Amino acid sequence: MNTKSLRFKIVDAVYIAMMILPIVFGIVLQVLTDPATEGITITGAKIFFEIPMPLQNFVITESQVNSAIALIVILFFCLFITHGISEKIELKRQHFAEMIVEKVDNLVEENMGSYFSAYSPFIIAIMALSAVSSLLSLFGLFAPTSDINIVAGWAILVFILITYYKMKCGPLYYLKGFTEPVAFLTPLNVIGEIATPISMAFRHYGNVLSGSVISALLCSALAGLSAKLLGWLPGFLADMPLLQVGIPAVLSIYLDIFSGCLQAFIFAMLTMLYIAGGFPAEEYEKRKARKRAKNKN
Amino acid sequence: MELAIGIILGCCALGAGLAMIAGIGPGIGEGNAVAKACEAIGRQPESKGSVTTTMLMGCAVAETTGLYALVIAILLIFVAPNLLVDLLVETIKAL
Repeated sequence: MNTKSLRFKIVDAVYIAMMILPIVFGIVLQVLTDPATEGITITGAKIFFEIPMPLQNFVITESQVNSAIALIVILFFCLFITHGISEKIELKRQHFAEMIVEKVDNLVEENMGSYFSAYSPFIIAIMALSAVSSLLSLFGLFAPTSDINIVAGWAILVFILITYYKMKCGPLYYLKGFTEPVAFLTPLNVIGEIATPISMAFRHYGNVLSGSVISALLCSALAGLSAKLLGWLPGFLADMPLLQVGIPAVLSIYLDIFSGCLQAFIFAMLTMLYIAGGFPAEEYEKRKARKRAKNKN
Repeated sequence: MELAIGIILGCCALGAGLAMIAGIGPGIGEGNAVAKACEAIGRQPESKGSVTTTMLMGCAVAETTGLYALVIAILLIFVAPNLLVDLLVETIKAL
């Protein structure tokens, strides 16, 4: 195993720094723009500034900035683990990169079938974006996934993909699908179609938001409790909410880490199942075979 | 005026509480799902991985109705009072 050259090390350091700097930037921005408040407040994303537009003002919010932070972190993490990749494995990180690629390939192959095998980059991208966005709350930043606008954007993207694959056999076949199994169920089918992106968005958003609300409530409760219980301590110790140290972290393991990763997995899983389920594979094969037969004649 | 604002706040809180009754359904449903998954793992320990994955998926889907209720409750607590009080103040000013 040959040692790393100096240039290699410098590039590595730049990648690692670029993974940490956006988060530091986010924390600094949060500290600078947070209004001083007494006690606990639960608010939505802050609006940094607005750009006047004809129909509606274009707003730049905290959640957009934070999801951009998540994107930069993921980009440089990917560059870092694929840096120095070679046919003969020299670095440990290459094993990690290969493990991720293999796992995702297997998952997509298992759930979507071989026709959709090119979908693994999209699936892992949406999974990583969702997971990193939720995990940003560990640094005290506003998690972009607890804003409905961000998650609804992903859900609409997935809905467009589902509709595209449902239309693979032509729009007429797609419209005919609404009248199955009986014609008078058409309105219900249309509602069910629209409910798909709404339920996907609300599921992810509701889980992350409920986690953050519960942590905020617990923090304020602990502050009150420590003021009551430890108020007899001398000096500045009486004013410090000592019970807030460490105890919320236990809950955060479930609410932030487990729930965030689970929701990312579920969002990606549902994406796969909906896209693969919407694609009429048998009909598509039939039409393809018919076309091929026609071309031969 | 104070009475009207008090009624608005109280009704918003009551509505949020009533909306969260919907939490019963997902609780029972997920409990059933986990019970069945435990049975399945007990019968076939080697299929633990796939059973767990499927169970988590099912739980997430079953949770959706509860989350709708949660979103409505959060809107009622954090968004609706401000809107309604502003509306009340504007109406009274207009009179």
